[in-house]
Amino acid sequence: MKQQIQVDENGYYGQFGGAYIPEMLYPNVAQLQKEYISIMEDADFQKEYKYLLKDYVGRPSPLYLAQRLSAQIGTEIYLKREDLNHTGAHKINNAIGQVLLAQRLGKKRIIAETGAGQHGVATATVCALKGLECIVYMGEIDIKRQAPNVARMKMLGAKVIPAKSGSKTLKDATNEAIRDWINNPTDTHYVIGSVVGPHPYPDMVARFQSIISEEIRWQLKEKTGSELPTHVIACVGGGSNAAGAFYYFLNEPSVELIAVEAAGLGIHSGHSAATTTLGTPGVLHGSKSIVMQTADGQVVEPHSISAGLDYPGIGPLHAHLFASGRGRFLSATDDQSLKAAFNLTRLEGIIPALESSHALSGLEQVEFPAGSRVVVCLSGRGDKDMDTYMKHMADFE
Amino acid sequence: MSRIAQTFNKSDNYKVLNVYCTAGYPELNSTIDVMRSLQQNGADLIELGMPYSDPLADGEIIQQSGGVALKNGMTISILFNQLKGFRKDIQVPVVLMGYMNPVLQYGFERFCKSAAEVGIDGLILPDLPPLEYQQEYGAIVKEYGLDFIFLITPETSEERIKLLDSLSSGFLYAVSSSSTTGHEKDFSLVEKYLSGLSGYGLKNPVLAGFGIRDKTSFDAAAKYTDGAIIGSAYIKALAGTKDALSIEKATKSFLQTIRQ
Repeated sequence: MKQQIQVDENGYYGQFGGAYIPEMLYPNVAQLQKEYISIMEDADFQKEYKYLLKDYVGRPSPLYLAQRLSAQIGTEIYLKREDLNHTGAHKINNAIGQVLLAQRLGKKRIIAETGAGQHGVATATVCALKGLECIVYMGEIDIKRQAPNVARMKMLGAKVIPAKSGSKTLKDATNEAIRDWINNPTDTHYVIGSVVGPHPYPDMVARFQSIISEEIRWQLKEKTGSELPTHVIACVGGGSNAAGAFYYFLNEPSVELIAVEAAGLGIHSGHSAATTTLGTPGVLHGSKSIVMQTADGQVVEPHSISAGLDYPGIGPLHAHLFASGRGRFLSATDDQSLKAAFNLTRLEGIIPALESSHALSGLEQVEFPAGSRVVVCLSGRGDKDMDTYMKHMADFE
Repeated sequence: MSRIAQTFNKSDNYKVLNVYCTAGYPELNSTIDVMRSLQQNGADLIELGMPYSDPLADGEIIQQSGGVALKNGMTISILFNQLKGFRKDIQVPVVLMGYMNPVLQYGFERFCKSAAEVGIDGLILPDLPPLEYQQEYGAIVKEYGLDFIFLITPETSEERIKLLDSLSSGFLYAVSSSSTTGHEKDFSLVEKYLSGLSGYGLKNPVLAGFGIRDKTSFDAAAKYTDGAIIGSAYIKALAGTKDALSIEKATKSFLQTIRQ
């Protein structure tokens, strides 16, 4: 399908994107820019990628009509069950794609950054499967709050290196991973986990995640007779699950695309990650996008209860959706997200990841006209967040 | 002739010593003291770093000095205020090094105007790629009479080196190997790369940088180029200094080892 909202040859979506990188990274990035589409479209690549998605990941992930939740909200709500993927989140779609691509580029060493740990686990998993060395950078604070995922990565054979600078979360893990790449330019591929970074990462990751909306279209057709929902809702940190869930609806104007950001303790509390509300255009991690920053251009340390949304920027595609008005951007506080998580658990028997709970919280904030068909991307499962949920359980009994 | 061009015009065998320092480090108001002591002790050129929260191309030591400078309260506006009138004391060329985001927030044209007004000679913005430079920013840089210095690495192709040379003025910054700053290097591995640059007919003089920390590595890098840049090693030497006197003492004893 031809996308109207598409990256241009220099990696821009409207005014956002590009490849703002030091020369030391240029050969790596230029090689990727030159080869990613031809590798991804190669028949052998597609065959292996699709085989692994089906028989290793367990795709297609179900599109589940959540009847009790639908009754509560008063409209038809479908959950795209990315939480049922192997390793428990949508991140595996991209990790498989990029590791297969790295192999075809002749790379032997894989590095990744991770916030909640889901991308780190997914990358470590595929590296184990393919017998590649794997190094994962993770903020020191995230290492503490996502201990189960750290243990999983280690069990899978990955080396987890704490990022100790700045806010000691995802932003700093990304800085450290980029530095590692600069220092190891020839044998290493950097598997970026979201639709951020220099061109071609935002487009490449969106393409690997586009399987989500590709499946939603035919699954919805099977269930309702129409391929098109009225609304698609997804959480946005960097924005990879949202990019995948929106991808095949970008040029379907009847489908409202709703992104939910993390408002932390409140948008204006000083402890938030609501980038589109608080941010301004800027350059971070290799692309021009919307960034939370001081008037002097120093990047602000974000906050969210969810480690995966604790990022002070969004991908350039999302910045463009926001600036052009094609996407609607909402935010959910830590408390609203916790409430949505306990609500889903008690209504549907599904414990969502804290990231996905932000998307679910969006359901409370939108007036759905009669006859709406809403798809929520349930990007991951909540096992990794049990410590946080247990701390707050008494509040929701 | 610009100040930078004059610096490279001394004699055929003269090797230019460019020293990096971080604005606002070790103290918010020590910028001018550091620059003055660098000039007094033999630096031919000063690369003045503007601290940034997310300095991708810098190693740990320069990153930490930037962190201290930011905690000290350094901003681009404060820096330009500090630099007002600095040309009365300091004659060596000064290039500002930093990252795009703070410059964009200050306003790119406003930044170039302020830099030119206080007497800055050139800019190094490692994350501004040649494409965007050509399309959007290069004309502004030229309008304000500033030099713009691009980086090249051992992995940069001959064709691209020639492109980056054609877009640069002042000098070309040859990263001694692909890495962040402050890493130890085996210079025998980069000799071939640096010596090969002379065969490209480049219009700009070349300064080698990254991993240069003492007389041995300076001489090795400068053997094939017009000079070299020292960064992390000098920042390390400044550790523990506070006032003009201790900065002068540390700078003197550090630069003596290079220029002995």
